[in-house]
Amino acid sequence: MSTVETYTTPDGRTIGAPVMEMKNITLRFGGVVAIKDISFDIREGEIRAIIGPNGAGKSSMLNVMNGFYHPQEGEVWFRGKIRPPMRPYQIAGQGVARTFQNIALFKGMSTLDNIMCGRLTHMKTGMLSHILWKGKAEREEVEAREKVEKIIDFLEIQAIRKKPVGSLPYGLQKRVELGRALAADPELLLLDEPMAGMNVEEKEDMSRFILDVNDEFGTTIALIEHDMGVVMDIADRVVVMDYGKKIGDGTPAEVLANQDVIDAYLGVDHG
Amino acid sequence: MSAEFYFGVEVFLNGLMAGVMYSLVALGFVLIFKASGIFNYAQGVMALFAALTLVGFQNGQIPFAHLINTIFGTELSTFGWTLPAFAAILLTLGVMILFAVLVEKLVLKHLVNQEPIILFMATIGLAYFMEGFGDLMWGSDIKKLDIGIPQGGNRWIEDHTAFLGGDNFYGFYIDTLDIYAAVIAAILVSSLVLFSKYTKTGRALRAVADDHQAALSVGISLRTIWVIVWAIAGFVALVAGIMWGSKSGVQFSLSLIALKALPVLMLGGFTSIPGAIVGGLIIGVGEKMFEFLIGAPFLGGATENWFAYMLALMFLVFRPQGLFGEKIIERV
Amino acid sequence: MFYREAGDFKTTYAEDNQTFPLKLDRIGYYAILLVGFLVVPFVIDDYWVSAVLLPFLIYSIATIGLNILTGYCGQVSLGSGGFMAVGAYASYKLMTSFPDLSMIIVVLLSGAITAMVGIVFGLPSLRIKGFYLAVATLAAQFFLVWMFNKVEWFYNYSASGQINAPERTVFGFNITGAEVQPFVAYLFCLSFVVVLAWAARNMTRSNTGRRWMAIRDMDIAAEIIGVNPLGAKLSAFAVSSFYIGVAGALLFSVYLGAAEVGEAFGISKSFLLLFMVIIGGLGSIFGSFAGAAFMVLFPVLLKNIMVGQLGWATDIAAHFEFVIVGALIIIFLIVEPHGLAALWRVTKEKLRLWPFPH
Repeated sequence: MSTVETYTTPDGRTIGAPVMEMKNITLRFGGVVAIKDISFDIREGEIRAIIGPNGAGKSSMLNVMNGFYHPQEGEVWFRGKIRPPMRPYQIAGQGVARTFQNIALFKGMSTLDNIMCGRLTHMKTGMLSHILWKGKAEREEVEAREKVEKIIDFLEIQAIRKKPVGSLPYGLQKRVELGRALAADPELLLLDEPMAGMNVEEKEDMSRFILDVNDEFGTTIALIEHDMGVVMDIADRVVVMDYGKKIGDGTPAEVLANQDVIDAYLGVDHG
Repeated sequence: MSAEFYFGVEVFLNGLMAGVMYSLVALGFVLIFKASGIFNYAQGVMALFAALTLVGFQNGQIPFAHLINTIFGTELSTFGWTLPAFAAILLTLGVMILFAVLVEKLVLKHLVNQEPIILFMATIGLAYFMEGFGDLMWGSDIKKLDIGIPQGGNRWIEDHTAFLGGDNFYGFYIDTLDIYAAVIAAILVSSLVLFSKYTKTGRALRAVADDHQAALSVGISLRTIWVIVWAIAGFVALVAGIMWGSKSGVQFSLSLIALKALPVLMLGGFTSIPGAIVGGLIIGVGEKMFEFLIGAPFLGGATENWFAYMLALMFLVFRPQGLFGEKIIERV
Repeated sequence: MFYREAGDFKTTYAEDNQTFPLKLDRIGYYAILLVGFLVVPFVIDDYWVSAVLLPFLIYSIATIGLNILTGYCGQVSLGSGGFMAVGAYASYKLMTSFPDLSMIIVVLLSGAITAMVGIVFGLPSLRIKGFYLAVATLAAQFFLVWMFNKVEWFYNYSASGQINAPERTVFGFNITGAEVQPFVAYLFCLSFVVVLAWAARNMTRSNTGRRWMAIRDMDIAAEIIGVNPLGAKLSAFAVSSFYIGVAGALLFSVYLGAAEVGEAFGISKSFLLLFMVIIGGLGSIFGSFAGAAFMVLFPVLLKNIMVGQLGWATDIAAHFEFVIVGALIIIFLIVEPHGLAALWRVTKEKLRLWPFPH
């Protein structure tokens, strides 16, 4: 049992008990070991980053966290309880939402419908009420819409509300995807390279949204990112992976001072 | 051994022969799918169209005679000469190549980068178009196709196996045509494999099959490859059309052999030539044996209509990648 | 100029969620309903009902059904003919086993039975995707047709192997059998169409529909945001089969009166429905109507011109039908994969701005 202790960040936020704990996770694909015996936790209210070179196993880690991959060894603890093997949609129902490295929006739907999809786990009416529409279903629909409109305002995408997402530029699609994840009111938000392929300006926008989400809604966030500069600016604590192993864990400053991390990023002088 | 047992063996052998035919049609599907990612539903109609054209050339029929007569009130029917089988086959091959060029120009070119399922539906449209077009061109009556392959039970095999089963058994009945078909299919398959392994075009074909973009980037013309592949598929369709047409006449039902080949593909995987052969044999034998052992005695017969599909379906549920396909790892 | 949204403000989200956000559209919709129920029944004759209206209405239901599965949930099915047969034979068995049962109940129960069969054949969709699934649904098609052919219980051991609809009434009017007044059959089918189209619209604009579309657009992402793929796919199969089953029951009992399974519900029926969906527009209720109307009217028109006007032989007209329909399928997939519905939408867009270019 990990000790429950809180800590305070340099900017004065209090970080609480662990939301998700990964304990000795090992994941293999056939003979290939993608993740080897990794443990770390993500605490309430913090922004936790996972970094590492290409092929380090970061995305696989995220896939383990939301139940898309099932590790051969190790345990995932959620809210202080061990998580039994579950399908990804059940884990979504527990309050884990995510975005994807290669945008995974629903191309045939509008921005609005995409974000409404994020509310699915909170909406309880069944098919019969949907058929009748008037009454319960319509009420629930309007309630969800109000929530979704708040997110649309927050992400400043009012103008593209009814546009099909397929036709939107890349940066906006990323934003809609974030909106869809936010609509679920997640307890834990997983972001898979939210800034990949963006220019400096878009990266700044996205960083601001991530910080605001954390700040305004108190959402716990775990993110994978390549851009060290951005990570060091926004993350509270960082896990560093290399070749499926954890080589560093701590605040950005601690990680930057870690010799293993420097070796992994800059290469070791074997001379 | 009882005569019953030898009937079973005979059914098995006939299943193998039928399976070869299925493989032949399935091969056409696999070729196109490998090279262009298109599941060509029209393959069966292509076989019908090829057979119709072949018969038309052999008999010196005037194309669209019926339509021309209707519009202009003429009484056209034939040119009045007949062509030898070999010349007719060459001419038909020319038509199938022309068809490949047209398909590429009019259809495929405009559907690049569409989802596979859209392409699949487009080929259903193509099948309908060709069916109507073939009928308009050559008439929809049932035609006899004869290019000189002997037919009927093979006496030699019958005479030499009759001793096996005692009084009630007169030897295995195997159609000579089926034996020819098996041999031709074997030759066709091996030459296709050699072609794709040892020629420049073959290598380009495999490159396109692996990755369109990468193939384009090393200077392979996708469109030329498509034309070549569709032409080869047209050739395979012609062979299949000749075999099936000689057996049961050239008529609409010939196009339904496509429906027979589909389960073969599900079983063998869409991208594997050996898969198409093995799948064809399994289905040919499976459906004949099922009909013989269970279908006819207990279920009222005619189970061949669906058995292949059910078999493929059950199989796929447990092994979605098919017999020879690689295991799919899903990524996000 | 007249067709526009300016001045038609929405002040609540409920208003914004309406089926027809524009006032003019709403008026048009109610006008069509009124004409359909109050005017048409008094002006139609037997020819119009049997050649055009009944097939159009019945195929509209089936097309909506297939569109739910294929257009909304992305699962291509070539087994619709077989499912229509289930509806037809279910209604036949219900009519002959329970002579006093109201035809409305018979039709709905037939739909429910088909829905259950649809769920069974939908189960493989959890493992099989894309055209593998399309081919797998052919298993349903061939197996069902074979079953209705071979198992004599389904056609009450009749010598011909046919099923014949016995005479039944609805509210005192004959609805099946030899003496059905055209307007009764028309109104009976129209009522089903209106209710089922309305239900389909409600499903597709709520979460049921969003789950389907999420699965269609990207199944893995859908599961990760919380869509249960099992529930979404099977509900699509169930609802779709219900609609197709109802259509099959109506086609047999009200329209054909007698049917032989291979002829009435063969694989060409599966393709016909798929064509209606493609030409009308994948993922559109309006498109389902447009596609059904097109595929019903087009052969009638072609036959009238070629056989009636030009005096050509009927087989030539039939061949031309194949050629033209095949070509149209390809053209639609190339030019406008969303079919007539998208063309209609574009026209409305233009109309909204008319007479100004932008």
